[in-house]
Amino acid sequence: MKYPYFPGCTLYTKAKKLDDAGRECSLKLGFELDELKDWTCCGATFPLVNDQHITMSGPTRILADTKDQGNDKLVTLCSVCFNVLKRTNNVMLNDEERRAKITDFIERDYHGEVEVLHYLQLLRDEIGFDVLKEKVVKPLEGLKVACYYGCLLLRPVKEIGLDTMEDPSIFEDFIRALGGEPIEFPYKVECCGAFQAVHSMDTATRCSRDILRSAKNSGADVVITTCPLCQFNLDDRQPEIQKSDPGFSSIPVVYFTQLLALALDLPAEELGFERNLIDPLPILKEKGVIA
Amino acid sequence: MGELIELTGLKDGEPVTCVAVFGDHADFESVPVDRRVMVIGGGITGITSAVDLGNAGYQVMLVDRLPSIGGRMLQLSETFPTLDCAQCTLTPRTVESGQHPNVLLKTSCEVEGLKGEPGDFTVSIRQKITYVDWNKCTGCGTCIQKCPSQSIALFERDAGRMTAIYTLSPQAVPNKPVIDAERCRYLTLGKCGVCAKSCPVEAIDYEQQESFFEVRVGAIIVSTGFDIYDWKNKMPEYGGGNIPDVIDGLTFERYLSASGPTAGAMIRPSDGKLVKDIVFIQCVGSRNPEFHKAYCSRVCCMYTAKHARLYKHGVHDGQVYIFYIDIRSTGKGYEQFIQQSVSEEEILYIRGRVAKLHRDGDKVMVQGADTLTGKKIEIAADMVVLAAAMVPNDGAKELADILGINYNDDGFFIEDNYKLASVETGQQGIYLAGCCQGIKDIADSAAQGSAASSKAMVLLSSVRRQKQEAV
Ligand SMILES: Cc1cc2nc3c(=O)[nH]c(=O)nc-3n(C[C@H](O)[C@H](O)[C@H](O)COP(=O)(O)OP(=O)(O)OC[C@H]3O[C@@H](n4cnc5c(N)ncnc54)[C@H](O)[C@@H]3O)c2cc1C
Ligand code: SF4
Ligand code: SF4
Repeated sequence: MKYPYFPGCTLYTKAKKLDDAGRECSLKLGFELDELKDWTCCGATFPLVNDQHITMSGPTRILADTKDQGNDKLVTLCSVCFNVLKRTNNVMLNDEERRAKITDFIERDYHGEVEVLHYLQLLRDEIGFDVLKEKVVKPLEGLKVACYYGCLLLRPVKEIGLDTMEDPSIFEDFIRALGGEPIEFPYKVECCGAFQAVHSMDTATRCSRDILRSAKNSGADVVITTCPLCQFNLDDRQPEIQKSDPGFSSIPVVYFTQLLALALDLPAEELGFERNLIDPLPILKEKGVIA
Repeated sequence: MGELIELTGLKDGEPVTCVAVFGDHADFESVPVDRRVMVIGGGITGITSAVDLGNAGYQVMLVDRLPSIGGRMLQLSETFPTLDCAQCTLTPRTVESGQHPNVLLKTSCEVEGLKGEPGDFTVSIRQKITYVDWNKCTGCGTCIQKCPSQSIALFERDAGRMTAIYTLSPQAVPNKPVIDAERCRYLTLGKCGVCAKSCPVEAIDYEQQESFFEVRVGAIIVSTGFDIYDWKNKMPEYGGGNIPDVIDGLTFERYLSASGPTAGAMIRPSDGKLVKDIVFIQCVGSRNPEFHKAYCSRVCCMYTAKHARLYKHGVHDGQVYIFYIDIRSTGKGYEQFIQQSVSEEEILYIRGRVAKLHRDGDKVMVQGADTLTGKKIEIAADMVVLAAAMVPNDGAKELADILGINYNDDGFFIEDNYKLASVETGQQGIYLAGCCQGIKDIADSAAQGSAASSKAMVLLSSVRRQKQEAV
């Protein structure tokens, strides 16, 4: 089974490990991520005002390409791409006026025919977490995982519809399927600071600190995320947090596909853990997840 | 002129009719009009309607599905804007309706069906099983004292405890107990029977069956009141009911009540510690068209200010924070009440919404925003009280379908004309009053109860009426 796949720019560069692991795992799970031809950047932002259309032209072109290449689904791994593509597709489906404006401008014929899926959603709805559980070779036994959702995977909930926005469970169910132990922590859907990191590093540091502290206090060994931006903020801000709060002890932040890969017994050396600032290997070894 | 048949007592079960006359106009007809009225829902609204009608000489059957009348007001502590005790206002009225020669209380009863036409309805009623023969019961309360089964009390909003045989409150009207079958040891396990043994008049009847009866009335007033929005299931951001020190306003009323589970002491549910930092959140589930209720619940600004003041009267050095969107205090003397709360009681009003509540150690962390300063705020509170939206009581829609009246998307009954006929329904002879029509405070509820009763009197005292299709 092949699923058309949109990796997005970050997964080609900084978040390569999210992408690599995702592709490798799919093969183990019996499907293939078939990269879309000639894709471009999704723009990484969805316009927040109703009369701004230009930023939707990129994602619309991607969606139209997906359709023209004979597909009715498109899978993404990155929360940002997922959010932008899914919401643009909603506009194409439901807002005739805006659709006409954008499709006329890019000279394409598109009416929202493609279903945008996040990889987690694909695992839950198309493969099934029960099937995933059966395919697990090395269950993540004893590993306490803080499932960090961030914002873009869930919100705005009426447009995204992946799960509830205040108390989602898809990520926890996923970790359970892998044999790990999801822990509840109150900051699992709080913002990491996102692009604030560009102009107000302090804000991002503060947001990340609250999330990490909360995960740590709830007994987590590692934090997982689907989003390159969350991963960056949560991982990279830790030395800064430690400076202002010497009592803070660090915690590794990994992509969900990396843990998936470990559970499917892909070699840890190939999962790019060396690119993490806070090295996950010691805790993974300690917990017996890797040898 | 036709003849007027003398009224005989409803309690004797005799039909009471007056014969309509003037039948000459094409749209009007001569029909007998039954001069009895049924009031469904015995909160302050229904009680007011019933007593008014009774005083005017009409015979009233006041039906409530609970074992006693009084409605939500029974659960309140003191009431705005005067801060007088709710029970002191309510009890004389419940007692009056209980003793009124023209008012017959039918509690633990629900309406099952309606036939007939305005002026001549036949209502079928289901009398629920109470396991106590009220004809024999003297209300001595021995059974309640002896009952060994203790569990969470619904009337105390889960905050206190109750026995399996109970009355809703010590001043209940009627003051006769019922058995909660699910909590009774005899009815669940077949062992106990203590109440039956201790009852001096052998009123306990474990074999009692449900019964049905029909009653003919000329008009019906619906006053089924309100419930609290199901925030526990609908608002996980506020802990989804899993943080013990986060409670709703109605539960807080029980904490404030001298007769409540803490005897009025301001101690928190989790560990009984005195509450020193308390946060109130207004508009919880109200004014939130995207996810919850679009409407304003109208009384929560006022009762939150009341809660804050009553709390301060108990804990002088306690700190109160109130998160609000804006303050709606449009009743007589209400704005002054709010101003006093701010200036005299040192209550801190913060304009902004709370995004999230979570537990941290023994504190409830309140994450909100002060939208006047644009700052994010975090407060470590001992207790958080939610002014949760008010919604129609459950079962309201089913009742509306039985009666043939309409309700809106939120489940409130729809009046005939909001401005000029706010207590009439599309169905002649059926009237609305109180919170089932739209949220309002006690003063407005009682006023509407009187309005509905006078509209019913207008119908029943008119000797001719417009031709109607039977419902
Ligand atoms: C926390 C809180 C504090 C408040 N404080 C104040 C205050 O200080 N001052 C003030 O003015 N107002 C206050 N209010 C508002 C006040 O409670 C209401 O205005 C008042 O109770 C409305 O009375 P009601 O009779 O319309 O409804 P209810 O009091 O809800 O009575 C309805 C009755 O109908 C019965 N019933 C329901 N459905 C059926 C059915 N299908 N069949 C038969 N019977 C049925 C119920 O059992 C109940 O007895 C407060 C409200 C809340 C939530
Ligand atoms: S029989 Fe039931 S209601 Fe009576 S005393 Fe025992 S437990 Fe209580
Ligand atoms: S009465 Fe006040 S607290 Fe209640 S919903 Fe309206 S504005 Fe909000």
